[in-house]
Amino acid sequence: MTTTRTDTATPSAPTAQRARAGGLIRWVLDPANLADWAALVGLVVLVVVFQALNSSFLSAGNIQSMLVAAAILVVLAVGQTFVVATAGIDLSIASVMTLAAVVFGTVFASGAGLLVAALAALATGALVGLANGLVISKGRITDFIVTLGTLSAASGLALIIADGKPRTIISGPLLRLATGHVGIFGYSFLIALVIAVVAHVVLFHTRFGTYVLATGGNAEAASATGVPTARIKTAVYVIAGVLAGIASILLVARVGAAEPAANTAFLLNSVAAVVLGGVSLFGGRATIVGPVIGALLLTALVNGLTLLGVSQFYQPLSVGVVVVLAAFLTRFQK
Amino acid sequence: MSDTTAAPAVPLIHDVPADAILTVEDAAIAFGQVRALKGASMHARRGEVTAIVGDNGAGKSTLIRCISGVHAPDSGRITFDGHEVEFKTPHAARDAGIETVHQNLALVEDLTVWQNLFLNREIVRGVGPLRLLDRRAMRSRADEMVSSLAVNVPAVGSRVRRLSGGQRQAVSICRAAGFASKLIIMDEPTAALGVQETARVEELITRLKSEGHAILLISHNFAQVLRLSDAVWVMRAGRCVAGRRTAQTDGDEIVGLITGARAGDIPVEAA
Ligand SMILES: Nc1ncnc2c1ncn2[C@@H]1O[C@H](COP(=O)(O)OP(=O)(O)O)[C@@H](O)[C@H]1O
Ligand SMILES: [Mg+2]
Repeated sequence: MTTTRTDTATPSAPTAQRARAGGLIRWVLDPANLADWAALVGLVVLVVVFQALNSSFLSAGNIQSMLVAAAILVVLAVGQTFVVATAGIDLSIASVMTLAAVVFGTVFASGAGLLVAALAALATGALVGLANGLVISKGRITDFIVTLGTLSAASGLALIIADGKPRTIISGPLLRLATGHVGIFGYSFLIALVIAVVAHVVLFHTRFGTYVLATGGNAEAASATGVPTARIKTAVYVIAGVLAGIASILLVARVGAAEPAANTAFLLNSVAAVVLGGVSLFGGRATIVGPVIGALLLTALVNGLTLLGVSQFYQPLSVGVVVVLAAFLTRFQK
Repeated sequence: MSDTTAAPAVPLIHDVPADAILTVEDAAIAFGQVRALKGASMHARRGEVTAIVGDNGAGKSTLIRCISGVHAPDSGRITFDGHEVEFKTPHAARDAGIETVHQNLALVEDLTVWQNLFLNREIVRGVGPLRLLDRRAMRSRADEMVSSLAVNVPAVGSRVRRLSGGQRQAVSICRAAGFASKLIIMDEPTAALGVQETARVEELITRLKSEGHAILLISHNFAQVLRLSDAVWVMRAGRCVAGRRTAQTDGDEIVGLITGARAGDIPVEAA
């Protein structure tokens, strides 16, 4: 969170500065705060290690491809963050992305324009998110069960619509989206970055964002002051759904096809990025920066291992280890 | 034993003033099988502290939750500031001028003091969907609110999690007092506090009364009730069985009314 920490009175400038620097180091090393920084510390460590082992890790080309590879996960992690901030969880986020991708492909193949296909993908995400949110908040059914059901239903629906087959999408603008870049920043990463910035502003500089954190922190207290907690809970699932829709467009652009694939790694990594980012799974405490760095960390981990020639089979294992380590750190939170 | 010391007690139930800030008539509510309120009637006057006492489970919290829009009573009438009201949400009650300090401290621990003070009362700037929080304005207003109540709450930027029980209570009361409220409801505001913190909160209550706020105070502390209140209602088993001007009653009578050793002012309900 961006709360400014009030320093104690300042006696004289230089000593105060030194004291503050010392305090800062102590503050960073304090386990309670280390959890908030776990993702950043982990990212720096990974970068240093991988760079030492393979000097092409930090080449402009590799950085660019890592950022592009991270884009989809960043978008999903931001969506997941809103849900987790209300003490919920969206297990269907990756399946909804798959469904939206298939809808995108089908609409696009039917001859409708790119824009129509993109809007259809977003609408698909929004609708599934709305269904999730309404069942959870009005039906008062556990988020875990509801989104687990949606996970299955959405991937099943994707299989039915696509008839189990991938559909190649050939489109100039989509190709540019996947390959175009400004400096080392690919377009898709820039889109993810814009989404993250907007999400940060929404979470910390709007009433809605305050209500999200209040609902997650203490739903009873929030509703006693008049915060419409049921609506807030519904809204965060819609946000996650819409972001899954945006992610589906990035995915189709990246793969060059709309496929009804399971994409379970994206689900696990979206939750992992949120945990790495120091967001409390109990709700009420969240940042956007944290999960974004968490997503970058997970992407860098996979990229670095690939670069070192480590078998793909080790990737899920390493991600798992990192996430459990991060979760261990969060025990010190508070 | 002779009961000659006390002045003849006038049952308040037969003495509803024309300009009461709040009247509740026959409020009833059931949660499944539990009939928490079985036709409770009471009223509160402007500018006064009205106390509600009663055993645990008597229905005090449920009654004030009906008044503050948390629950909608199944039947009965609530009149506030001259109008019959039916609050569907706490938001509606707050808009009408009823602020509540709930028993279970309705603060969000992970938010800061100022965020809690302005929860659902945020100051925003800009237009339409682009309205952003004016964090700076809220912080400085929060500073004023806290310091005007002369309570020792730490910097308004600190998280509520780090506050003591008394400080949290002060923040809750501060919030209730801060928004031009006509009626402030406090549900056992000192139940969890130490002696000094209790004294502070009592000072606050006296202060708010002197500023013209009407206050509805639920308390288990008879001495406190006798010290602070102008009128007192006794609840038993979901009904307000008796109401007295505080000056015309004493601890013994109140205890008797709470336990049922003394008959109340209303006929006892069969079964
Ligand atoms: N939300 C609720 N659901 C079910 N029962 C409730 C609820 N709120 C209160 N009750 C019941 O109503 C009765 C009155 O409770 P309450 O108003 O909290 O009493 P008091 O505040 O006087 O101690 C109790 O028996 C309590 O268990
Ligand atoms: Mg109570």
